[in-house]
Amino acid sequence: MPVQVKGEVLDNRRVGAYQVLSLTAPGISEISRPGHFVTLGIGGEESSMLLRRAFAIHQVQSRGVYGGTLDVVIGVHGKGTRWLADRRRHDVIDIVGPLGRPFILPKERVACALVGGGYGSAPLFMLAEQLRERGCRVDVVVGAATEEKLFGVLELKRLASTLTITTDDGSLGERGRVTDVLPEIMDRVDAAVVYACGPMPMLQRVAEVAEERQAYSQCAVEEAMACGVGVCMTCVLPVVGEDGVTRMLRSCVEGPVFRGDRVRWADVGTIPPDTLGAPVEAGR
Amino acid sequence: MTRALISQGPLPGDEPVPSIDMSTVLAGVELVSPVLTASGCAAAGRELDQFFDITAIGAVVTKSVMLTPRSGRPTPRMAETPSGMLNSIGLQGPGIDRFIEHDLAWLSDRGATTIVSIAGGSVDEYAKLAARLRIARGVSAIEVNISCPNVENRGQVFACETGSAADVVQAVKRHSDPRMPIIAKLSPDVTDIVSIAGAVVRAGATGVSVINTLLGMVINPDTMRPHLAGITGGLSGPAIRPVAVRCVWQIRQAFPDLPIIGMGGIRTGLDALEFVLAGADAVSVGTVIFHDPSAPMRIQGELQRALVERGFGSLSEAVSYAHRPADAVPEVDDVLDFISE
Repeated sequence: MPVQVKGEVLDNRRVGAYQVLSLTAPGISEISRPGHFVTLGIGGEESSMLLRRAFAIHQVQSRGVYGGTLDVVIGVHGKGTRWLADRRRHDVIDIVGPLGRPFILPKERVACALVGGGYGSAPLFMLAEQLRERGCRVDVVVGAATEEKLFGVLELKRLASTLTITTDDGSLGERGRVTDVLPEIMDRVDAAVVYACGPMPMLQRVAEVAEERQAYSQCAVEEAMACGVGVCMTCVLPVVGEDGVTRMLRSCVEGPVFRGDRVRWADVGTIPPDTLGAPVEAGR
Repeated sequence: MTRALISQGPLPGDEPVPSIDMSTVLAGVELVSPVLTASGCAAAGRELDQFFDITAIGAVVTKSVMLTPRSGRPTPRMAETPSGMLNSIGLQGPGIDRFIEHDLAWLSDRGATTIVSIAGGSVDEYAKLAARLRIARGVSAIEVNISCPNVENRGQVFACETGSAADVVQAVKRHSDPRMPIIAKLSPDVTDIVSIAGAVVRAGATGVSVINTLLGMVINPDTMRPHLAGITGGLSGPAIRPVAVRCVWQIRQAFPDLPIIGMGGIRTGLDALEFVLAGADAVSVGTVIFHDPSAPMRIQGELQRALVERGFGSLSEAVSYAHRPADAVPEVDDVLDFISE
């Protein structure tokens, strides 16, 4: 069950194009699992920015005197993330978490492929560690537009059986997209599950690659959210249920991790006409 | 009767607030507190019950439910704006049958006081919704949402015209238990909100909720197109608070005894106090929940503290207090207390 706590900034450091923010998060870090996320309040109590910002939990630690702490990776895109990037040690930030449905881990010792786009690699670190602890083979692919926008390459190299890097401009690793190299990697290790976090087009292609190989895919989406706790209904996307019916599901509580074969990727941003409760055409 | 008051100054932050009577009677419904959730900002209570005890606030006002399941509008459905946000959800929901079976049953089992918000595309749909709720358990009042701006046809914003507003309220009234309080939720996007309030009261509304969101729009400077998939959306949050306080004030002036739920950008106990002083018997807390999921409980505590600090002995003493005559004088006892300090 999520809790709301005041977190103290322990560290806020630049890593490549990103900021890694370390916060005390008593009651949150202890129960966080890979794929969970937190939301952070922006701008303090008098802020004119009302919407919380959501971040995948990157790491959790038990740091002696601080109790539980956690790290999130922030890409600075606008005023809210700028404010977070400017926080200093001892500043206080309102945290709610852990939120969402985490990645589902396999019961068997199967080979797993992990795919991260940009700072979408952030939640894969904890995941890789836990998969390895279960005896699963872990092959990681990370990609970004350019070298600076990759996150955590050195650490991932330590966690993974193999690490493959792609960049759009070829500045590091292979030139191209993560999904260009994914099929070959999955085939080589006979991956039974692929875990992915990154932009929608990447997740769509990952889900296709998995399906072509009859592998499971677990995709963590990055939808715009206002509340993160399931009450605002802004972060929806079309997902097919076990009954075959498409519903607009909230990525904050029914996700952010979805089975790749259940999301109607090509229809994200629309209401497919066969969705439960879709608008009826005029005249019908 | 002259009520309180000389400010007794702020209480120290950690000092327990003396307990005063925070209960309110809203359209015949006894509420333990005047702080409610605002429709559309609390779903059906379950999610927020993780953060505070939803039975400890005045009532949960549920997200507007329609007759049949509704997918809502495409994404993006929201945009952050200065001290506010635009939403364009389009009334996504499970439909009344599943709502009664699933959400209302849960609220009732949980022991929450529940005000059910209903929305329809036609007068007939509102009538059918009222008829379904007539046989449901756990409904303390019905809030009739005639003012949602996120509908395809602006002609469906019944609250923009006296005739259509009255038609809907009359239909709901006729199909509900005669004792069921009917609260009409009004839109600020009208020339004269007092005349709309008058129309719904004459049609049988027991009270009014003031206000729904204002119709707004954001254009994305990067794509140079409307940011919301629905093009327009409803503006909420502290940015609209002065508009909301004005609407409550105007309606209270025109209808001294009409039950009013005030809402629009309440973020703190002092914001809630503004609405109470302007004439609200109860307040709904909405968009701030997205910022702070514990907000209804926090605001309830802050409001109580604010009332005590101003010398009010109960919530009811403060309702409409801003309307007192300019020459009203504080009670003698309070003046003496003040002088002796």
